[in-house]
Amino acid sequence: MKKTFRHLIAAVALVLPAAGFAAESGVPLEKAPIDIQDTESIQRGAQTFVNYCLSCHSANAMRYNRLMDVALSEEEIKGNLMFASEKIGDTMAVAMDKKDAKGWMGAAPPDLSLIARSRGADWLYSYMRSFYRDPSRDTGWNNLVFDRVGMPHVLWEWQGEQVLKVAKDAKGHESKTLELVTPGTMTKLENGKANTAEYDRRVADLVNYLVFMGEPNQVKRHQIGYVVLMFLFLLLLPFAYFLKKEYWKDIH
Amino acid sequence: MSKGQKLLNWVDERFPLSSTLKEHVTDYYAPKNFNFWYFFGSLALLVLVIQIVTGIFLTMNYKPDANLAFLSVEYIMRDVPGGWIIRYMHSTGASMFFVVVYLHMFRGLIYGSYKQPRELVWVFGSLIFLVLMAEAFMGYLLPWGQMSFWGAQVIVNLFGSIPVIGPDLSVWIRGDYVVSDATLNRFFALHVIAVPLVLLALVVAHLVALHEVGSNNPDGIEIKKNKDPKTGHPVDGIPFHPYYTVKDVLGVAVFLIVFSAIVFFLPEMGGYFLEHPNFDPADPLKTPPHIAPVWYFTPFYAILRAIPSFFGTQVWGVLGMGAGVVVIALLPWLDKSPVKSIRYRGPKFKFMLVLFIIAFIGLGILGALPATNTRTVLSQILTVVYFAFFFGMPFYTKNDVGTVPVPDRVTESTPARQIRFLVLFAVTIVGAALFAMFV
Amino acid sequence: MSEQHVDTGRRRFLTVATSAVGGVAVAGVATPFLMSFFPSERAKAAGAPVEVDISKLEPGQKINVEWRGKPVWVLSRTPEMVKNLPKNDDKLADPKSEIEQQPAYCQNETRSIKPEILVAVGICTHLGCSPTFRPDLAPADLGPDWLGGFYCPCHGSKFDLAARVFKGVPAPKNLEIPPHKYLSDTRLLVGDDK
Repeated sequence: MKKTFRHLIAAVALVLPAAGFAAESGVPLEKAPIDIQDTESIQRGAQTFVNYCLSCHSANAMRYNRLMDVALSEEEIKGNLMFASEKIGDTMAVAMDKKDAKGWMGAAPPDLSLIARSRGADWLYSYMRSFYRDPSRDTGWNNLVFDRVGMPHVLWEWQGEQVLKVAKDAKGHESKTLELVTPGTMTKLENGKANTAEYDRRVADLVNYLVFMGEPNQVKRHQIGYVVLMFLFLLLLPFAYFLKKEYWKDIH
Repeated sequence: MSKGQKLLNWVDERFPLSSTLKEHVTDYYAPKNFNFWYFFGSLALLVLVIQIVTGIFLTMNYKPDANLAFLSVEYIMRDVPGGWIIRYMHSTGASMFFVVVYLHMFRGLIYGSYKQPRELVWVFGSLIFLVLMAEAFMGYLLPWGQMSFWGAQVIVNLFGSIPVIGPDLSVWIRGDYVVSDATLNRFFALHVIAVPLVLLALVVAHLVALHEVGSNNPDGIEIKKNKDPKTGHPVDGIPFHPYYTVKDVLGVAVFLIVFSAIVFFLPEMGGYFLEHPNFDPADPLKTPPHIAPVWYFTPFYAILRAIPSFFGTQVWGVLGMGAGVVVIALLPWLDKSPVKSIRYRGPKFKFMLVLFIIAFIGLGILGALPATNTRTVLSQILTVVYFAFFFGMPFYTKNDVGTVPVPDRVTESTPARQIRFLVLFAVTIVGAALFAMFV
Repeated sequence: MSEQHVDTGRRRFLTVATSAVGGVAVAGVATPFLMSFFPSERAKAAGAPVEVDISKLEPGQKINVEWRGKPVWVLSRTPEMVKNLPKNDDKLADPKSEIEQQPAYCQNETRSIKPEILVAVGICTHLGCSPTFRPDLAPADLGPDWLGGFYCPCHGSKFDLAARVFKGVPAPKNLEIPPHKYLSDTRLLVGDDK
């Protein structure tokens, strides 16, 4: 029942011409392999988020204790994901001053509470996997999905370094691809080669967390939704239908 | 006499309770042949109630302040118990209001419900539509996201194109040189109290006028002309209560299923009910790459974009868009047809109506997409069609009657009619989808 | 319309059943609206238990901490103050703290976990003013029998150093003792005792 319903929604979504997330570059986005019901993935994503993103990006709408919705206990949140000075009910603030940040990076890093709702999971997934070395940039990094982005590749130890390969076909159309040249120092090597699937998994977990953070109530929303629709379908609709039928017997 | 009856008498001597109920509910005789299209009036009333109630509860936690507004919406979505349901009901309700109102207006169009003697019902209705657009526009600023901000910026700047007073007028509307805290605060005041009051007054006027003249019906026959000499009630009429109350309850049940499915499973509706860039806080220094109004404004927005500026001013687009809304109110005087319902009209009106549907939906789709050369040309063609439908009406409706004469009594629904309706409905949806895919 | 045989029983059943289901629907819709009046996550976070460091609290000294927007007093009583407490008993309205204004573990002579440390909500049970701390013995305005306590400036209610109310003053009850516990000898948690 649940599955069929979700398929139905997916079908509706396909028929609608998607309003689409604004993609600034013409690079096709890759589908993010995420599952909002997978709490363990969200937990791993939260770990990456607090360790790598939260030093520059805030999440002002997100309270730490919201992570209890993904099956973390108060002790686990306090012990693994928070600094000692903060309280469990605090929002994910950032110590860096906005003006300083603007000076250092050209633009203040945006708050990430709702980034998954404004950019979309696929964009985030593609973006985090599309950093490449670009010596012309101050940070030394550029991004295929977000050209001249101010943000450096914070997960490079996991992914390694990619470079941009521009190929031209017979008609002169350019096609851009990324190639991994140096494996990440934190990744396990298999036959001397980087395990890219591991990095993709890490990014997917992070995106999964961002999607969760964009609307922490979404799983609950679906659950309540099933109950409400069942009620309307199985009780209100039939009774209203037979009531109408009964009264309209009078009309000829 | 029972205690209840005594109390009722006591009240009735001081306040016209029973007689009002009688006049507008139990003794209001409505034609017995209402079909699918007649659900949307009562549904519009239901959505109005949903919007008012959810709106009241949203104001309890919303902050109309440029520094606080965006996060206060997220505060409602996350921190207030039950807040997300209330907010999604309100955002879904805004779109559903227009869905229901557009279908309600279309009903009036095909069955000639605006024609004599219902001109004022139609005019009040058109005013409701206009005021509803203002209400929706001001409400859309309040979340203070990127689309809120830039949408308001663009629309307010439209007023700036009016010759002579324009620039001052747009500053006056904003209370600042850009859309700002002052604008947000005044839009909030107008959205939560001023405009809703006007809206309610107009809804009352719309209903009073309707009950004065009586409802039209799919056959466009005046049921009051044929009364039962014994009872004095129209022979083709039935009391609104219980027959149409139970029928409307059924309509409400179906509507609630659609409404809940959206609230709980598709609140963003793929970016049409809640636009993705609106989840970024308003930033006066950064315009989003593509600004599109919410879907219910797109037909009129497409008209605006289709009309180029000439004589050194772009006011023509604004006038065109305004005319696109105002012209709807003029229908009672544009339509010269001797019959009301499409069932008894001739081929000319039917042909023009099909063109109109294509133009309206087509403009709606084009208005949501970024402009390109082809799309602009298409919008221009469809704009011409849109206005041709209205301004050509005095000519093509004259003497345009069908082969079947208008009957004396209302007719029953037939399977053939129902199938034709379903086919046309499906063709419209599929046609719209194909159009959207290929433009 | 015809008045053939109308099945009134069926009609009444369907009307009642549909109304009942509609009533359930209305109650269901009302739930989030009523729920929204309860404290939000932000209010809960602001009202979360407060940790107090009492290592620097000297005997006879009182500090105020804020918990759920209310002043909570933490008073370190001197041994003499503790010794004097029973002397007030016959002048008090509820010397044994029988009215539930404290957790069970504080229903004792000193109204506290540790005899010397008093933790109390500093809001008068009369009309909600915050009484002033008057540790001085026998001041001119409070009479020669005053052994130290709290005096409410609004309507003259008096409380002893265990926050117990005196007889014959407007305040009806002893001051409230909030739930609290000691995390260590020097760290006190106000607002939670589990």
